[in-house]
Amino acid sequence: MAELKGWKDLPIGGVVPGGVAAALNKTGSWRAERPVWNEEKCIQCLQCWFHCPDTSIVIRDQKVTGVDYDHCKGCGVCAAICPKDAIDMVPEREGTCAK
Amino acid sequence: MRKVMTGHKAVAEAMRQIEPDVVAVYPITPQSEIAEYYADYVHDGIVHTELVPVESEHSAMSACVGAAAAGARVMTATSSQGLALLVEVLYIAAGMRLPIVMALANRSLSAPINIHCDHSDAYLARDAGAFQVFCESAQEVYDYMLIAQRIAEHDKIRLPGIVNLDGFSLTHTSQVVEPLEDAVAKKFVGVFKPVHPLLDVDKPVTWGPFAMPDYYFELKRAQQAAIEEVPTVFLDVQKAFVKTSGRAYAGFVEKYRLDDADRALVVLGSTAGTAKIAVDALRSEGEKVGLLKVWLYRPFPYQAVASALERVKHVAVLDRAISFGAMGALYSDVATSLVRSQVRPALHNYIYGLGGRDITVEQLAEVLVGLEKVHPDEVLRYIGLRE
Repeated sequence: MAELKGWKDLPIGGVVPGGVAAALNKTGSWRAERPVWNEEKCIQCLQCWFHCPDTSIVIRDQKVTGVDYDHCKGCGVCAAICPKDAIDMVPEREGTCAK
Repeated sequence: MRKVMTGHKAVAEAMRQIEPDVVAVYPITPQSEIAEYYADYVHDGIVHTELVPVESEHSAMSACVGAAAAGARVMTATSSQGLALLVEVLYIAAGMRLPIVMALANRSLSAPINIHCDHSDAYLARDAGAFQVFCESAQEVYDYMLIAQRIAEHDKIRLPGIVNLDGFSLTHTSQVVEPLEDAVAKKFVGVFKPVHPLLDVDKPVTWGPFAMPDYYFELKRAQQAAIEEVPTVFLDVQKAFVKTSGRAYAGFVEKYRLDDADRALVVLGSTAGTAKIAVDALRSEGEKVGLLKVWLYRPFPYQAVASALERVKHVAVLDRAISFGAMGALYSDVATSLVRSQVRPALHNYIYGLGGRDITVEQLAEVLVGLEKVHPDEVLRYIGLRE
């Protein structure tokens, strides 16, 4: 672990340069239920991506390709907003994260 | 040019000249007029400000925090319960070092519900990390809005600031105010320079991250260092304002007929005006009395208060709020100021004016005349209270 900095060496207001603090901190294990995306039902409206509070809907070439389970906390907003019921909330088993 | 305006209009005029990018505000008595005046300026195209009519004061300060982090110059205003709802986010604004200037139209806190002036709202925000200024008149309100903006945005500070004006006695009372010309005011305040703006996508930063026990303490110490810089910057900015405006401000406190006084009052806000009349009346009868008015309330100017008061024999510190179960908040600060002085006055604490209860020239004169006869054990007293 890097040496801890003193109070005079910290950026103003505790900002983290690079904007990657959330990406470094994996929070997937907090989840009680995981969203499972069903590609065949998905109409690519991107409502799930738009509403996800943790930017955990993975987009490639402007299309949903899955869920970032390292950061999804299982809030279920994506499943609730989906107009085609293409996302199922499935209980996590024995505290392990689905991959 | 001299104009007649209320304290609220003085706030709105200063805001118009500062012209923030974003004003997020929720109306509450007595502050509402500030929002109304500013909404008119926006509607009439006089200012180019995004006015966000939020659903609560908690949302007002939250919108201010977001906009300030995005890189905008941001202002708001509130009172009383609004401040109470907003204060959670005010701590966050200070911790994130966001220069949001807020007019606080001082009003009592419930219960019982009451819309009139006291300082319990300002005291509630005392430890939030915002610097605070108290004003005696509408002129001071206008002037210190401009001064506060420049302090808040100073490189070494970057903290929220509160300009206090007594509800109704300043907010709704018409007085003569001499504002600066628009161009002069704008030049004095200067151009806002954002720090780590969130909208600068080429230099991304994470704002408001989580801090574990290994860093929280250091970040709060850095915040303390920022507010400790306020006195130096305050004097510089005040001096620059005096040069620009010709006004006679000098220092963190105003000493009124205090140099040879053996008895003195210490007050915040508009009561200073009443106290000056009481002091003048007693001086004309040969009584050696004076007044100390505190402009800069947070950070508290301990040394300036000590040097102003240590040679006075009796000092009455007036608090316009009860700090339940403790001495008045201003009294505690004045007592702390004097604790290292070799010679120091007998200190007395008076609570007055709660919920808009009038404070009169006669009552203040009575306090000054009676100070030598107060029993030393009777430290906390009340002015104008029915037994």
